[in-house]
Amino acid sequence: METTKKIQGGDIRAASRLIRNLEDRMPEAKLTIKHLFPLTGRAHVIGITGSPGAGKSTLTDGLIDCFRKKGKTVGVLAVDPTSPFTGGAILGDRIRMQRHAEDPGVFVRSLATRGALGGLAKAVGDAIHVMDVLGEDVIIVETVGTGQQEVDIINHSHTVLVVLVPGMGDEIQAIKAGILEIADIFVVNKADRDGSSKLSRELMAMLDMAPPSAFQGGWRPSIMRVENAFQPESFNKALEDISSKIDEHYKHLVDKDLIGSRMRRKATVELNEAIRATILEPVLLKLLGSGQMEGLIEKVMKKEIDPYTAAEDIAKRNLEGCL
Amino acid sequence: MVAKPGLDGHDRGARVLARCFRDAGYEVIYTGCHQTPEQIVSAAVQEDVDLLGLSCLSGAHRYLYPAVTKLLKDKGADDIMVIGGGIIPEQDFQLMYDAGLKAIFVPGATLESIVTWINTNVKPRA
Repeated sequence: METTKKIQGGDIRAASRLIRNLEDRMPEAKLTIKHLFPLTGRAHVIGITGSPGAGKSTLTDGLIDCFRKKGKTVGVLAVDPTSPFTGGAILGDRIRMQRHAEDPGVFVRSLATRGALGGLAKAVGDAIHVMDVLGEDVIIVETVGTGQQEVDIINHSHTVLVVLVPGMGDEIQAIKAGILEIADIFVVNKADRDGSSKLSRELMAMLDMAPPSAFQGGWRPSIMRVENAFQPESFNKALEDISSKIDEHYKHLVDKDLIGSRMRRKATVELNEAIRATILEPVLLKLLGSGQMEGLIEKVMKKEIDPYTAAEDIAKRNLEGCL
Repeated sequence: MVAKPGLDGHDRGARVLARCFRDAGYEVIYTGCHQTPEQIVSAAVQEDVDLLGLSCLSGAHRYLYPAVTKLLKDKGADDIMVIGGGIIPEQDFQLMYDAGLKAIFVPGATLESIVTWINTNVKPRA
């Protein structure tokens, strides 16, 4: 309860500690989220995704600037990958945003994926809630460098930016399913490089072929071009245009009464996750802790039991009435 | 968190350390070169780090490292442990310890010795 009050009062230390406790799955953090939950839903959540090195962090930095100029407070959740071998991670997105480090209206938090595969960290959903209650008007969520399939960002954002750079492949790439389907705004970054016009054209052709039902409420994703980040004048202008387009998209969601449908997706995912965390994970932990898991793996390996029978046995023992 | 305060662009060492801590299983935030103590402390608080490693090769550690520990204290965040490295002459060690640094690593320190120190002194939370 006390933590909730502190966070409502804008206490960064309390908020950052809570985010860490959420990452570490501390039981008391779950309790706090229960208090925070009814207070959430105010912030505009913007997702930024794209391949490694496409310029997500640099664009995020530029957008922070734009939103601060409009008098909005900004929270950033920047996700970088965890090593599958050591569990370690280098969280380097912040480097591009450090000029805002002393601005009390900007709160940047890095998160490691810790095994999550959808381009985000498991704690992202709850961390958004924390920043929301902390009073951030805009929350930018930057995914890990993504490929084609990491689309979890749509479950948490009102507006999704997909950042692309020239030279990623031929026209077939543009008609593939996955990440290109989730954009509300495309950013063709490093557009001063060869091939950027071709990329813009391919995106346009892809959108021209899309069925009208693909455009929620009639929103056809915009294609915004950004040139060299080292030329501040044109870069800043391009970023202003993108931030206006983001505002326009949010207004579109409000006007067409679509916020609900976006948030329904978030609610669905959160409930699913909570069920998994409450029911499945304690069972897995018990099996691991008691060494039963090892035994079962041995048996499955030796074909003494099949994985389905093993799972059914576990369910019978642990979840009475589920089968 | 690995941070480089002051006007010093020589970050090969800081990067090697960040990589080494990653390989030791830590989540490492690197904030890049040319940071003010204020920027570093603000980032450390926002990230809620366990340990802050400062690297400075310019000779300004006498001013910069105590500035960081003082700001941490002012923000009520002096539970964040601070260690330092770089070109630090032995006669400055006491000044650094007095400022609140928990360990100092100078050229010649092995990566292994630094990781061992961290493993011993930074305890995982319950």
